[in-house]
Amino acid sequence: MQFDVEEIRKDFPILNRKVNGKDLVYLDNAATSQKPKEVIDSIRDYYMNHNANVHRGVHLLSVEATDAYENARIQISDLINCPNSNSIIWTRNATESLNLVASSWALDNLTKESNIIITNAEHHSNLVTWQQVSEKTGCDLRYLNISDGFDLSDFENLIDEKTKLVAVTHMSNVLGYVVPIEEIVPLARKYDARVLVDGAQSVPHMPVDVLALDIDFLVFSAHKMLGPTGIGVLYAKLDLLEDMNPYMFGGDMILEVTYEDAKWNRLPYKFEAGTPNISGAISTGVAANYLMKIGMENVWEHENSITKYALEKFRELNNFNVIGDNVTQRRGGVISFTHNKIHPHDIGTILDKQGIAIRTGHHCAMPLIRSYGVVAAARASFYIYNTLQEVDQLVEALQDAEDFMV
Amino acid sequence: MNMSGLSGSDDLNGMYEDIILDHYRNPRNTSSLSKPDLELDVNNPFCGDELKIQLNIKDDTITGVSVSGQGCAISQSSGSLLAERIQDSSTDTVIHVIEKVRKMMKDEPISDDDLDLIGDIEALQGVKKFPVRIKCALLGWSALEDLIKKP
Repeated sequence: MQFDVEEIRKDFPILNRKVNGKDLVYLDNAATSQKPKEVIDSIRDYYMNHNANVHRGVHLLSVEATDAYENARIQISDLINCPNSNSIIWTRNATESLNLVASSWALDNLTKESNIIITNAEHHSNLVTWQQVSEKTGCDLRYLNISDGFDLSDFENLIDEKTKLVAVTHMSNVLGYVVPIEEIVPLARKYDARVLVDGAQSVPHMPVDVLALDIDFLVFSAHKMLGPTGIGVLYAKLDLLEDMNPYMFGGDMILEVTYEDAKWNRLPYKFEAGTPNISGAISTGVAANYLMKIGMENVWEHENSITKYALEKFRELNNFNVIGDNVTQRRGGVISFTHNKIHPHDIGTILDKQGIAIRTGHHCAMPLIRSYGVVAAARASFYIYNTLQEVDQLVEALQDAEDFMV
Repeated sequence: MNMSGLSGSDDLNGMYEDIILDHYRNPRNTSSLSKPDLELDVNNPFCGDELKIQLNIKDDTITGVSVSGQGCAISQSSGSLLAERIQDSSTDTVIHVIEKVRKMMKDEPISDDDLDLIGDIEALQGVKKFPVRIKCALLGWSALEDLIKKP
Protein backbone atom coordinates (compact mmCIF):
# COMPACT_ATOMS: atom_id res chain seq x y z
CA MET A 1 0.00 0.00 0.00
CA GLN A 2 1.18 3.48 -0.91
CA PHE A 3 1.76 5.61 2.20
CA ASP A 4 -0.21 8.83 1.80
CA VAL A 5 -0.19 10.97 4.91
CA GLU A 6 -2.94 13.27 3.63
CA GLU A 7 -5.24 10.27 3.08
CA ILE A 8 -4.39 8.96 6.55
CA ARG A 9 -5.15 12.33 8.13
CA LYS A 10 -8.70 12.13 6.77
CA ASP A 11 -9.28 9.08 8.98
CA PHE A 12 -8.64 11.05 12.18
CA PRO A 13 -11.60 13.32 13.01
CA ILE A 14 -9.79 15.09 15.86
CA LEU A 15 -7.25 16.55 13.42
CA ASN A 16 -10.02 18.83 12.17
CA ARG A 17 -10.49 20.60 15.45
CA LYS A 18 -9.07 23.95 16.43
CA VAL A 19 -7.01 24.48 19.56
CA ASN A 20 -6.87 28.06 20.77
CA GLY A 21 -8.07 29.10 17.33
CA LYS A 22 -5.31 27.24 15.51
CA ASP A 23 -5.24 23.93 13.65
CA LEU A 24 -4.27 21.18 16.05
CA VAL A 25 -0.68 20.00 15.64
CA TYR A 26 -0.61 16.86 17.77
CA LEU A 27 2.95 15.94 18.73
CA ASP A 28 2.32 14.06 21.97
CA ASN A 29 2.01 10.60 20.46
CA ALA A 30 4.40 8.92 22.87
CA ALA A 31 1.88 9.78 25.61
CA THR A 32 -1.15 8.62 23.66
CA SER A 33 -2.11 8.47 20.00
CA GLN A 34 -5.21 9.83 18.35
CA LYS A 35 -7.83 7.36 17.07
CA PRO A 36 -9.03 6.77 13.53
CA LYS A 37 -12.74 6.90 12.81
CA GLU A 38 -13.03 3.15 12.32
CA VAL A 39 -11.71 2.51 15.83
CA ILE A 40 -14.16 5.01 17.30
CA ASP A 41 -16.99 3.55 15.19
CA SER A 42 -16.21 0.02 16.34
CA ILE A 43 -16.78 1.01 19.98
CA ARG A 44 -20.10 2.56 19.09
CA ASP A 45 -21.08 -0.38 16.89
CA TYR A 46 -20.37 -2.83 19.69
CA TYR A 47 -22.63 -1.03 22.16
CA MET A 48 -25.29 -0.25 19.54
CA ASN A 49 -25.56 -3.74 18.05
CA HIS A 50 -23.71 -6.49 19.88
CA ASN A 51 -23.40 -5.66 23.57
CA ALA A 52 -23.40 -8.75 25.78
CA ASN A 53 -21.06 -10.47 28.19
CA VAL A 54 -18.47 -12.83 26.74
CA HIS A 55 -17.96 -16.58 27.33
CA ARG A 56 -21.25 -16.84 29.21
CA GLY A 57 -24.53 -16.78 27.37
CA VAL A 58 -26.00 -19.09 24.76
CA HIS A 59 -27.87 -16.19 23.21
CA LEU A 60 -26.86 -14.64 19.91
CA LEU A 61 -25.53 -11.34 21.26
CA SER A 62 -23.22 -13.15 23.65
CA VAL A 63 -21.96 -15.31 20.80
CA GLU A 64 -21.33 -12.24 18.64
CA ALA A 65 -19.56 -10.39 21.47
CA THR A 66 -17.41 -13.45 22.23
CA ASP A 67 -16.51 -13.94 18.57
CA ALA A 68 -15.51 -10.30 18.16
CA TYR A 69 -13.53 -10.33 21.42
CA GLU A 70 -11.64 -13.47 20.43
CA ASN A 71 -11.16 -12.27 16.86
CA ALA A 72 -9.38 -9.20 18.26
CA ARG A 73 -6.98 -11.54 20.05
CA ILE A 74 -6.14 -13.09 16.70
CA GLN A 75 -5.64 -9.66 15.12
CA ILE A 76 -3.18 -8.77 17.89
CA SER A 77 -1.41 -12.10 17.35
CA ASP A 78 -1.06 -11.21 13.67
CA LEU A 79 0.35 -7.79 14.51
CA ILE A 80 3.23 -9.20 16.56
CA ASN A 81 3.50 -12.52 14.69
CA CYS A 82 2.49 -14.57 17.70
CA PRO A 83 1.95 -18.21 16.71
CA ASN A 84 -0.87 -18.94 19.16
CA SER A 85 -3.48 -16.43 20.30
CA ASN A 86 -3.66 -18.17 23.69
CA SER A 87 -0.40 -16.34 24.36
CA ILE A 88 -2.23 -13.02 24.23
CA ILE A 89 -3.60 -11.84 27.58
CA TRP A 90 -5.79 -8.75 27.72
CA THR A 91 -4.84 -6.40 30.53
CA ARG A 92 -5.57 -2.76 31.31
CA ASN A 93 -2.29 -1.46 29.87
CA ALA A 94 1.43 -2.19 29.60
CA THR A 95 1.81 -1.29 33.26
CA GLU A 96 -0.67 -3.95 34.35
CA SER A 97 1.00 -6.46 32.05
CA LEU A 98 4.31 -5.76 33.80
CA ASN A 99 2.72 -6.10 37.21
CA LEU A 100 1.17 -9.39 36.13
CA VAL A 101 4.59 -10.78 35.20
CA ALA A 102 6.08 -9.44 38.42
CA SER A 103 3.39 -11.00 40.62
CA SER A 104 2.71 -14.24 38.81
CA TRP A 105 6.17 -15.07 37.51
CA ALA A 106 8.96 -13.05 39.14
CA LEU A 107 7.90 -13.44 42.77
CA ASP A 108 7.70 -17.21 42.29
CA ASN A 109 10.96 -17.56 40.37
CA LEU A 110 13.41 -15.11 41.89
CA THR A 111 15.29 -15.33 45.18
CA LYS A 112 17.88 -13.25 46.94
CA GLU A 113 20.47 -15.14 44.91
CA SER A 114 19.03 -13.92 41.60
CA ASN A 115 19.34 -10.69 39.68
CA ILE A 116 17.31 -8.70 37.18
CA ILE A 117 18.85 -6.51 34.48
CA ILE A 118 17.01 -3.42 33.23
CA THR A 119 18.31 -0.30 31.47
CA ASN A 120 18.83 3.20 32.85
CA ALA A 121 16.22 4.47 30.38
CA GLU A 122 13.15 2.57 31.55
CA HIS A 123 9.75 4.13 32.01
CA HIS A 124 8.85 4.09 35.71
CA SER A 125 6.50 1.17 35.05
CA ASN A 126 9.41 -1.07 34.00
CA LEU A 127 11.59 0.22 36.84
CA VAL A 128 9.51 0.61 40.00
CA THR A 129 7.90 -2.79 39.34
CA TRP A 130 11.29 -4.52 39.49
CA GLN A 131 12.46 -2.41 42.42
CA GLN A 132 9.49 -3.84 44.27
CA VAL A 133 10.31 -7.39 43.19
CA SER A 134 13.86 -6.76 44.35
CA GLU A 135 12.58 -5.50 47.70
CA LYS A 136 10.29 -8.49 48.18
CA THR A 137 12.67 -11.24 47.01
CA GLY A 138 15.99 -9.65 47.93
CA CYS A 139 17.21 -10.10 44.35
CA ASP A 140 19.73 -7.69 42.85
CA LEU A 141 18.56 -5.05 40.35
CA ARG A 142 21.23 -4.16 37.79
CA TYR A 143 21.21 -1.26 35.35
CA LEU A 144 22.53 -1.37 31.82
CA ASN A 145 23.44 2.15 30.69
CA ILE A 146 22.15 2.87 27.19
CA SER A 147 22.51 6.66 27.21
CA ASP A 148 25.20 6.29 24.55
CA GLY A 149 23.48 3.39 22.85
CA PHE A 150 23.57 -0.33 23.54
CA ASP A 151 27.02 -1.75 24.21
CA LEU A 152 27.20 -5.52 24.04
CA SER A 153 30.31 -5.73 26.24
CA ASP A 154 28.57 -3.68 28.97
CA PHE A 155 25.74 -6.19 28.83
CA GLU A 156 28.18 -9.09 28.92
CA ASN A 157 29.75 -7.64 32.05
CA LEU A 158 26.40 -7.36 33.80
CA ILE A 159 24.82 -10.70 32.99
CA ASP A 160 25.75 -13.91 34.80
CA GLU A 161 24.38 -17.32 35.80
CA LYS A 162 22.20 -15.67 38.44
CA THR A 163 20.41 -13.38 36.00
CA LYS A 164 16.84 -14.61 35.80
CA LEU A 165 15.27 -11.73 33.90
CA VAL A 166 16.33 -9.08 31.43
CA ALA A 167 13.51 -6.52 31.25
CA VAL A 168 14.25 -3.81 28.72
CA THR A 169 12.46 -1.10 26.84
CA HIS A 170 12.30 -1.70 23.10
CA MET A 171 12.28 2.02 22.47
CA SER A 172 12.98 4.70 25.06
CA ASN A 173 10.13 7.17 25.47
CA VAL A 174 12.70 9.88 26.21
CA LEU A 175 15.65 9.14 23.94
CA GLY A 176 13.75 7.54 21.08
CA TYR A 177 16.56 5.01 20.97
CA VAL A 178 15.61 1.51 19.81
CA VAL A 179 17.37 -1.18 21.83
CA PRO A 180 18.70 -4.08 19.72
CA ILE A 181 16.73 -6.91 21.31
CA GLU A 182 18.28 -9.31 18.80
CA GLU A 183 21.65 -8.76 20.49
CA ILE A 184 20.23 -9.24 23.98
CA VAL A 185 18.32 -12.48 23.49
CA PRO A 186 21.20 -14.81 22.47
CA LEU A 187 23.25 -13.85 25.50
CA ALA A 188 20.25 -14.10 27.81
CA ARG A 189 19.58 -17.61 26.43
CA LYS A 190 23.16 -18.59 27.15
CA TYR A 191 22.59 -17.77 30.83
CA ASP A 192 19.06 -19.14 30.85
CA ALA A 193 17.58 -15.72 31.66
CA ARG A 194 14.11 -14.71 30.49
CA VAL A 195 13.71 -11.65 28.31
CA LEU A 196 10.85 -9.19 28.78
CA VAL A 197 10.42 -6.40 26.24
CA ASP A 198 8.51 -3.22 27.06
CA GLY A 199 6.97 -2.58 23.67
CA ALA A 200 4.82 0.40 24.69
CA GLN A 201 6.77 2.67 22.32
CA SER A 202 7.80 0.09 19.71
CA VAL A 203 4.72 -1.98 18.87
CA PRO A 204 2.76 1.10 17.68
CA HIS A 205 5.61 2.32 15.47
CA MET A 206 7.62 -0.54 13.97
CA PRO A 207 7.41 -4.20 13.05
CA VAL A 208 7.73 -6.31 16.20
CA ASP A 209 7.97 -10.05 15.65
CA VAL A 210 7.92 -12.06 18.88
CA LEU A 211 8.82 -15.25 17.05
CA ALA A 212 11.82 -13.81 15.25
CA LEU A 213 13.00 -11.98 18.36
CA ASP A 214 12.40 -15.12 20.43
CA ILE A 215 11.44 -13.08 23.50
CA ASP A 216 9.61 -14.48 26.52
CA PHE A 217 7.36 -11.54 27.39
CA LEU A 218 6.13 -8.51 25.48
CA VAL A 219 3.95 -5.79 27.01
CA PHE A 220 2.20 -2.89 25.32
CA SER A 221 -0.79 -0.56 25.58
CA ALA A 222 -3.54 -0.12 23.00
CA HIS A 223 -3.97 3.61 23.46
CA LYS A 224 -0.55 4.41 22.03
CA MET A 225 -1.35 2.42 18.87
CA LEU A 226 -4.62 4.04 17.77
CA GLY A 227 -6.73 2.00 20.20
CA PRO A 228 -8.72 3.08 23.26
CA THR A 229 -7.41 3.66 26.78
CA GLY A 230 -7.93 1.06 29.46
CA ILE A 231 -6.73 -1.96 27.51
CA GLY A 232 -3.31 -3.46 27.03
CA VAL A 233 -1.62 -6.70 26.11
CA LEU A 234 0.70 -9.22 27.64
CA TYR A 235 2.31 -11.66 25.26
CA ALA A 236 4.14 -14.56 26.89
CA LYS A 237 5.38 -17.91 25.73
CA LEU A 238 2.81 -20.61 26.36
CA ASP A 239 4.97 -22.77 28.61
CA LEU A 240 5.61 -19.81 30.88
CA LEU A 241 1.93 -18.92 31.07
CA GLU A 242 1.05 -22.54 31.80
CA ASP A 243 3.38 -22.57 34.81
CA MET A 244 2.37 -19.17 36.15
CA ASN A 245 -0.26 -18.72 38.83
CA PRO A 246 -3.24 -16.45 38.20
CA TYR A 247 -2.79 -12.75 38.82
CA MET A 248 -6.36 -12.08 39.89
CA PHE A 249 -9.17 -14.31 41.00
CA GLY A 250 -12.85 -14.28 40.14
CA GLY A 251 -15.23 -15.16 37.37
CA ASP A 252 -14.10 -16.41 33.95
CA MET A 253 -10.69 -17.54 35.20
CA ILE A 254 -12.01 -20.71 36.82
CA LEU A 255 -13.00 -24.09 35.45
CA GLU A 256 -14.68 -25.53 38.50
CA VAL A 257 -15.37 -24.13 41.94
CA THR A 258 -16.33 -25.94 45.11
CA TYR A 259 -16.69 -24.44 48.57
CA GLU A 260 -13.24 -25.77 49.33
CA ASP A 261 -11.27 -25.19 46.16
CA ALA A 262 -11.13 -24.00 42.57
CA LYS A 263 -9.55 -25.19 39.33
CA TRP A 264 -8.07 -22.61 37.00
CA ASN A 265 -9.42 -22.15 33.52
CA ARG A 266 -7.25 -22.82 30.47
CA LEU A 267 -5.18 -20.14 28.77
CA PRO A 268 -5.67 -17.29 28.19
CA TYR A 269 -8.69 -17.08 30.49
CA LYS A 270 -6.70 -18.05 33.57
CA PHE A 271 -5.36 -14.50 33.51
CA GLU A 272 -8.58 -12.69 32.64
CA ALA A 273 -10.64 -12.64 35.81
CA GLY A 274 -13.92 -10.76 35.73
CA THR A 275 -15.81 -9.23 32.83
CA PRO A 276 -13.12 -7.84 30.54
CA ASN A 277 -12.96 -4.60 28.55
CA ILE A 278 -14.86 -6.11 25.62
CA SER A 279 -15.33 -3.03 23.46
CA GLY A 280 -11.74 -2.07 24.25
CA ALA A 281 -10.41 -5.39 22.98
CA ILE A 282 -12.58 -5.30 19.85
CA SER A 283 -11.53 -1.76 18.94
CA THR A 284 -7.89 -2.60 19.66
CA GLY A 285 -8.22 -5.37 17.09
CA VAL A 286 -9.57 -2.78 14.64
CA ALA A 287 -6.60 -0.51 15.44
CA ALA A 288 -4.16 -3.37 14.84
CA ASN A 289 -5.85 -4.08 11.53
CA TYR A 290 -5.63 -0.43 10.53
CA LEU A 291 -1.89 -0.45 11.23
CA MET A 292 -1.36 -3.73 9.37
CA LYS A 293 -3.19 -2.32 6.34
CA ILE A 294 -0.72 0.56 6.26
CA GLY A 295 2.14 -1.82 7.02
CA MET A 296 4.40 -1.42 10.03
CA GLU A 297 7.44 -0.98 7.78
CA ASN A 298 5.70 2.02 6.20
CA VAL A 299 4.80 3.43 9.60
CA TRP A 300 8.43 3.18 10.68
CA GLU A 301 9.71 4.69 7.43
CA HIS A 302 7.33 7.63 7.62
CA GLU A 303 8.21 8.45 11.21
CA ASN A 304 11.89 8.02 10.47
CA SER A 305 11.81 10.58 7.69
CA ILE A 306 9.95 13.05 9.91
CA THR A 307 12.32 12.48 12.81
CA LYS A 308 15.42 12.92 10.65
CA TYR A 309 14.00 16.14 9.26
CA ALA A 310 13.08 17.39 12.74
CA LEU A 311 16.52 16.57 14.15
CA GLU A 312 18.17 18.55 11.36
CA LYS A 313 15.91 21.49 12.12
CA PHE A 314 16.69 21.25 15.83
CA ARG A 315 20.42 21.36 15.14
CA GLU A 316 19.91 24.68 13.38
CA LEU A 317 18.27 26.18 16.48
CA ASN A 318 20.43 27.99 19.00
CA ASN A 319 19.90 27.31 22.70
CA PHE A 320 17.77 24.20 22.15
CA ASN A 321 19.40 20.90 23.11
CA VAL A 322 18.14 17.48 22.08
CA ILE A 323 18.52 14.88 24.83
CA GLY A 324 20.37 11.86 23.55
CA ASP A 325 21.36 13.52 20.30
CA ASN A 326 24.60 11.53 20.40
CA VAL A 327 22.73 8.43 19.27
CA THR A 328 21.52 8.91 15.71
CA GLN A 329 21.07 5.33 14.55
CA ARG A 330 18.02 3.21 15.40
CA ARG A 331 16.05 6.24 16.44
CA GLY A 332 12.27 6.32 16.66
CA GLY A 333 9.97 9.31 16.42
CA VAL A 334 10.68 10.87 19.80
CA ILE A 335 12.64 14.07 20.36
CA SER A 336 13.13 15.27 23.92
CA PHE A 337 14.68 18.67 24.28
CA THR A 338 15.50 21.50 26.62
CA HIS A 339 16.25 25.18 26.20
CA ASN A 340 19.24 26.84 27.86
CA LYS A 341 16.99 29.35 29.59
CA ILE A 342 13.31 28.57 29.13
CA HIS A 343 11.70 25.92 31.29
CA PRO A 344 9.84 23.16 29.37
CA HIS A 345 6.64 24.08 31.15
CA ASP A 346 6.71 27.57 29.67
CA ILE A 347 7.55 26.17 26.24
CA GLY A 348 4.58 23.81 26.52
CA THR A 349 2.15 26.58 27.43
CA ILE A 350 3.36 28.89 24.67
CA LEU A 351 3.17 26.11 22.06
CA ASP A 352 -0.31 25.18 23.22
CA LYS A 353 -1.41 28.72 22.39
CA GLN A 354 -0.30 27.93 18.83
CA GLY A 355 -2.34 24.74 18.80
CA ILE A 356 0.78 22.58 19.16
CA ALA A 357 0.51 19.77 21.72
CA ILE A 358 3.78 18.51 23.17
CA ARG A 359 4.67 16.81 26.44
CA THR A 360 6.60 18.54 29.20
CA GLY A 361 7.92 17.10 32.43
CA HIS A 362 9.96 14.09 33.44
CA HIS A 363 8.18 11.66 31.08
CA CYS A 364 7.86 9.02 33.78
CA ALA A 365 11.61 8.52 33.63
CA MET A 366 12.87 10.71 36.47
CA PRO A 367 16.29 9.12 37.02
CA LEU A 368 17.10 9.23 33.30
CA ILE A 369 16.03 12.88 32.94
CA ARG A 370 18.08 13.80 36.00
CA SER A 371 21.13 12.06 34.56
CA TYR A 372 21.17 14.77 31.90
CA GLY A 373 21.38 17.43 34.60
CA VAL A 374 17.84 18.69 34.14
CA VAL A 375 14.64 18.18 36.09
CA ALA A 376 12.30 18.31 33.12
CA ALA A 377 12.29 18.28 29.35
CA ALA A 378 9.93 19.04 26.51
CA ARG A 379 9.14 16.26 24.05
CA ALA A 380 7.74 16.12 20.55
CA SER A 381 6.74 12.66 19.33
CA PHE A 382 5.42 11.69 15.93
CA TYR A 383 2.98 9.26 14.38
CA ILE A 384 1.52 8.27 11.03
CA TYR A 385 -0.55 11.44 10.64
CA ASN A 386 2.22 13.96 11.29
CA THR A 387 3.75 15.92 8.44
CA LEU A 388 6.98 17.76 7.65
CA GLN A 389 4.93 20.94 7.61
CA GLU A 390 3.98 20.31 11.24
CA VAL A 391 7.66 20.01 12.10
CA ASP A 392 8.18 23.43 10.49
CA GLN A 393 5.31 24.80 12.58
CA LEU A 394 6.90 23.34 15.71
CA VAL A 395 10.29 24.85 14.96
CA GLU A 396 8.81 28.24 14.14
CA ALA A 397 6.79 28.20 17.36
CA LEU A 398 9.91 27.33 19.33
CA GLN A 399 11.72 30.31 17.86
CA ASP A 400 8.74 32.51 18.69
CA ALA A 401 8.72 31.16 22.25
CA GLU A 402 12.37 32.09 22.61
CA ASP A 403 11.74 35.60 21.33
CA PHE A 404 8.83 35.93 23.71
CA MET A 405 10.50 34.67 26.86
CA VAL A 406 14.17 35.60 26.64
CA MET B 1 9.92 36.66 12.05
CA ASN B 2 6.17 36.51 12.38
CA MET B 3 5.47 37.24 16.01
CA SER B 4 1.83 38.12 15.59
CA GLY B 5 0.80 34.70 16.83
CA LEU B 6 2.33 35.26 20.24
CA SER B 7 2.46 38.96 20.91
CA GLY B 8 -1.19 39.13 19.82
CA SER B 9 -2.25 36.58 22.41
CA ASP B 10 -3.91 38.42 25.28
CA ASP B 11 -3.94 35.31 27.43
CA LEU B 12 -0.22 34.73 27.03
CA ASN B 13 0.60 38.36 27.64
CA GLY B 14 -1.73 38.24 30.62
CA MET B 15 0.11 35.31 32.15
CA TYR B 16 3.61 36.39 31.23
CA GLU B 17 3.12 40.01 32.28
CA ASP B 18 6.14 42.30 32.19
CA ILE B 19 6.43 42.14 35.99
CA ILE B 20 6.43 38.33 35.86
CA LEU B 21 9.05 38.17 33.14
CA ASP B 22 11.15 40.77 34.95
CA HIS B 23 11.11 38.74 38.18
CA TYR B 24 11.82 35.56 36.19
CA ARG B 25 14.83 37.07 34.42
CA ASN B 26 16.09 38.94 37.48
CA PRO B 27 14.87 37.12 40.56
CA ARG B 28 15.19 39.04 43.86
CA ASN B 29 16.48 37.77 47.19
CA THR B 30 18.20 34.68 45.81
CA SER B 31 21.36 34.79 47.96
CA SER B 32 21.07 32.19 50.66
CA LEU B 33 20.97 33.27 54.30
CA SER B 34 23.98 32.40 56.42
CA LYS B 35 21.93 31.39 59.47
CA PRO B 36 18.30 30.83 58.50
CA ASP B 37 15.85 30.29 61.35
CA LEU B 38 13.49 28.39 59.05
CA GLU B 39 14.18 26.58 55.80
CA LEU B 40 12.15 24.44 53.41
CA ASP B 41 12.77 22.80 50.02
CA VAL B 42 9.70 22.16 47.92
CA ASN B 43 9.18 20.75 44.47
CA ASN B 44 6.44 19.93 42.06
CA PRO B 45 7.23 16.42 40.84
CA PHE B 46 5.02 16.75 37.77
CA CYS B 47 7.07 19.47 36.14
CA GLY B 48 10.23 19.60 38.19
CA ASP B 49 9.84 23.08 39.67
CA GLU B 50 12.05 23.48 42.73
CA LEU B 51 12.22 26.24 45.34
CA LYS B 52 14.23 26.69 48.51
CA ILE B 53 12.84 29.18 51.00
CA GLN B 54 14.88 30.47 53.93
CA LEU B 55 13.66 32.87 56.59
CA ASN B 56 15.08 34.86 59.45
CA ILE B 57 12.42 35.85 61.94
CA LYS B 58 12.90 38.22 64.86
CA ASP B 59 10.05 39.35 67.15
CA ASP B 60 7.43 38.05 64.71
CA THR B 61 8.93 39.98 61.82
CA ILE B 62 10.59 38.59 58.68
CA THR B 63 14.04 40.11 58.92
CA GLY B 64 15.59 38.04 56.18
CA VAL B 65 14.28 36.01 53.25
CA SER B 66 15.88 34.04 50.48
CA VAL B 67 14.05 32.23 47.70
CA SER B 68 16.03 30.33 45.10
CA GLY B 69 15.44 27.43 42.79
CA GLN B 70 14.89 26.32 39.25
CA GLY B 71 11.77 25.86 37.24
CA CYS B 72 9.28 27.59 35.03
CA ALA B 73 8.79 31.34 34.75
CA ILE B 74 5.64 31.23 36.86
CA SER B 75 7.02 29.29 39.83
CA GLN B 76 10.27 31.25 39.90
CA SER B 77 8.80 34.71 39.43
CA SER B 78 6.15 33.93 42.02
CA GLY B 79 8.94 32.98 44.43
CA SER B 80 10.75 36.21 43.73
CA LEU B 81 7.59 38.28 44.18
CA LEU B 82 7.00 36.45 47.43
CA ALA B 83 10.47 37.24 48.73
CA GLU B 84 10.15 40.89 47.83
CA ARG B 85 6.74 41.18 49.46
CA ILE B 86 7.40 39.53 52.80
CA GLN B 87 10.75 41.11 53.60
CA ASP B 88 10.28 43.21 56.79
CA SER B 89 6.61 42.19 57.15
CA SER B 90 5.13 40.81 60.35
CA THR B 91 4.20 37.14 60.32
CA ASP B 92 0.55 38.14 60.79
CA THR B 93 0.72 40.24 57.63
CA VAL B 94 2.39 37.39 55.77
CA ILE B 95 -0.40 35.03 56.76
CA HIS B 96 -2.87 37.59 55.45
CA VAL B 97 -0.99 37.96 52.18
CA ILE B 98 -0.90 34.19 51.65
CA GLU B 99 -4.64 34.03 52.23
CA LYS B 100 -5.30 36.82 49.70
CA VAL B 101 -3.01 35.28 47.09
CA ARG B 102 -4.84 31.97 47.40
CA LYS B 103 -8.15 33.79 47.13
CA MET B 104 -7.02 35.59 44.01
CA MET B 105 -5.82 32.37 42.35
CA LYS B 106 -9.15 30.70 43.13
CA ASP B 107 -10.82 33.59 41.32
CA GLU B 108 -12.69 34.65 44.44
CA PRO B 109 -13.55 38.36 44.64
CA ILE B 110 -10.96 40.41 46.49
CA SER B 111 -11.25 43.98 47.70
CA ASP B 112 -9.15 47.00 46.75
CA ASP B 113 -7.60 46.85 50.21
CA ASP B 114 -6.56 43.26 49.52
CA LEU B 115 -5.01 44.32 46.22
CA ASP B 116 -3.07 47.02 48.03
CA LEU B 117 -1.87 44.40 50.46
CA ILE B 118 -0.54 42.03 47.79
CA GLY B 119 0.94 44.75 45.54
CA ASP B 120 2.85 43.49 42.48
CA ILE B 121 1.72 39.93 43.17
CA GLU B 122 -1.49 40.89 41.43
CA ALA B 123 0.45 40.28 38.22
CA LEU B 124 0.00 36.54 38.85
CA GLN B 125 -3.73 36.90 38.13
CA GLY B 126 -3.22 36.04 34.47
CA VAL B 127 -2.21 32.50 35.45
CA LYS B 128 -5.83 31.78 36.38
CA LYS B 129 -6.63 31.29 32.71
CA PHE B 130 -4.15 28.39 32.62
CA PRO B 131 -5.50 26.03 35.29
CA VAL B 132 -2.60 23.57 35.02
CA ARG B 133 -0.19 26.37 35.88
CA ILE B 134 -1.88 27.57 39.09
CA LYS B 135 0.13 24.98 40.98
CA CYS B 136 3.31 26.61 39.69
CA ALA B 137 2.17 30.01 40.94
CA LEU B 138 1.31 28.68 44.40
CA LEU B 139 4.34 26.44 44.95
CA GLY B 140 6.30 29.01 46.97
CA TRP B 141 3.25 30.28 48.81
CA SER B 142 2.27 26.82 50.02
CA ALA B 143 5.82 26.29 51.26
CA LEU B 144 5.81 29.66 53.02
CA GLU B 145 2.53 28.79 54.70
CA ASP B 146 3.99 25.50 55.94
CA LEU B 147 7.01 27.32 57.33
CA ILE B 148 5.17 30.12 59.07
CA LYS B 149 2.28 28.16 60.48
CA LYS B 150 4.51 25.52 62.01
CA PRO B 151 4.33 25.79 65.80
